Amino acid sequence: MTHADPSPALDLLPPGLDERFRERAAAASLLDAAWAIADSPLGPLLLAATGRGLAWVGFEAPRAGSGPVADASPEAQLERVAEWLGRRLLRVPRLLDPVQRELDAYFAGRLHAFAVTVDLAGSPAFQRAVLEELRSVPYGVTATYGDLAARIGKPKAARAVGGALNRNPVAIVVPCHRIVGAHGALTGYAGGLERKRALLELEGALLA
Amino acid sequence: MEHAAPAATSAAIPPFERFYAAHAPEVYRLLARRLGTQAAEDAFQETFLRALRAYPALRHGDHLRAWALTIASRVAVDALRRPVAGELPDPDLSGELIALDEEPAYRQVAHLTAGLPPTERAAVVLRYAYDLSYDAIGLALGSSPDAARQATSSGVRRLRRAAAPKENA
Repeated sequence: MTHADPSPALDLLPPGLDERFRERAAAASLLDAAWAIADSPLGPLLLAATGRGLAWVGFEAPRAGSGPVADASPEAQLERVAEWLGRRLLRVPRLLDPVQRELDAYFAGRLHAFAVTVDLAGSPAFQRAVLEELRSVPYGVTATYGDLAARIGKPKAARAVGGALNRNPVAIVVPCHRIVGAHGALTGYAGGLERKRALLELEGALLA
Repeated sequence: MEHAAPAATSAAIPPFERFYAAHAPEVYRLLARRLGTQAAEDAFQETFLRALRAYPALRHGDHLRAWALTIASRVAVDALRRPVAGELPDPDLSGELIALDEEPAYRQVAHLTAGLPPTERAAVVLRYAYDLSYDAIGLALGSSPDAARQATSSGVRRLRRAAAPKENA
């Protein structure tokens, strides 16, 4: 299950009112996206889905020793989601429960291909092309930035591909962790290299 | 009289989640006082649904508390009116509006707008003290942008007449 209410001030409302309002706002299609915090063995994940599909999976906080990463507190991350998807964001955990279930199965090693619909409409065309192609790199397999550049017909664009992956809004489900350096080196990962290694080990792509 | 803060120094508009969490308890308390706890629950939802509809029309994040409470006041007025539609005079919102916010922007115009009918006063205050767009005002008042524009200009005309009665026929 995704997490319960993280805002203590809302406990001051009559029981159930907060949840009823959130459900009603979602049912009225008034949200740019619904969000929730999901559990994972790699730490909490912020999930957000638009009416078209899953549009954000982000690590909530960097792991110690993972090197400098942007401020990943829930507050800061919600601001980034708002810039990306629009400001009408409300936490509606029920809408993200299917994603949580798939993530649970993935981390248990039972799920190798995510079935949830992904919404990459917020990404510029080049990045979208990169991320769509990336979704065809199978579980447990790695590819290089150059491979991916060649697969989208721009063999000289390996560096630009790296930039597009670095801004992947849908971590894990759009598997940018499967892309490695030219000689198999683990290069940058927005969630920290430690998490990239853990994901590749889970998939059996690296010897533990 | 000082001008409203220029856009460059305005607060950013927060994600709706933060706006909602910050103001939900106070909005509920206001509605429960005005309507009783049972009716307040429907009015609470209606208030934040209106705020959601209006959110894309906001141009800055200043005075969001006052904005939320103004919407709640309008929803309460609508709820109190509903059983006898058109029968009651527009309830006086002046006490409510004055209690909404202690920002200087509102206080600067409070003495000027005190004599206006409630809808015109709310429209003038939201337009000139809070610098909201007509889209946002219309949504806050539960009417259209055109109606918000009309209420604002009719309020301003009334203020002009009050300020210079001899110049008017």
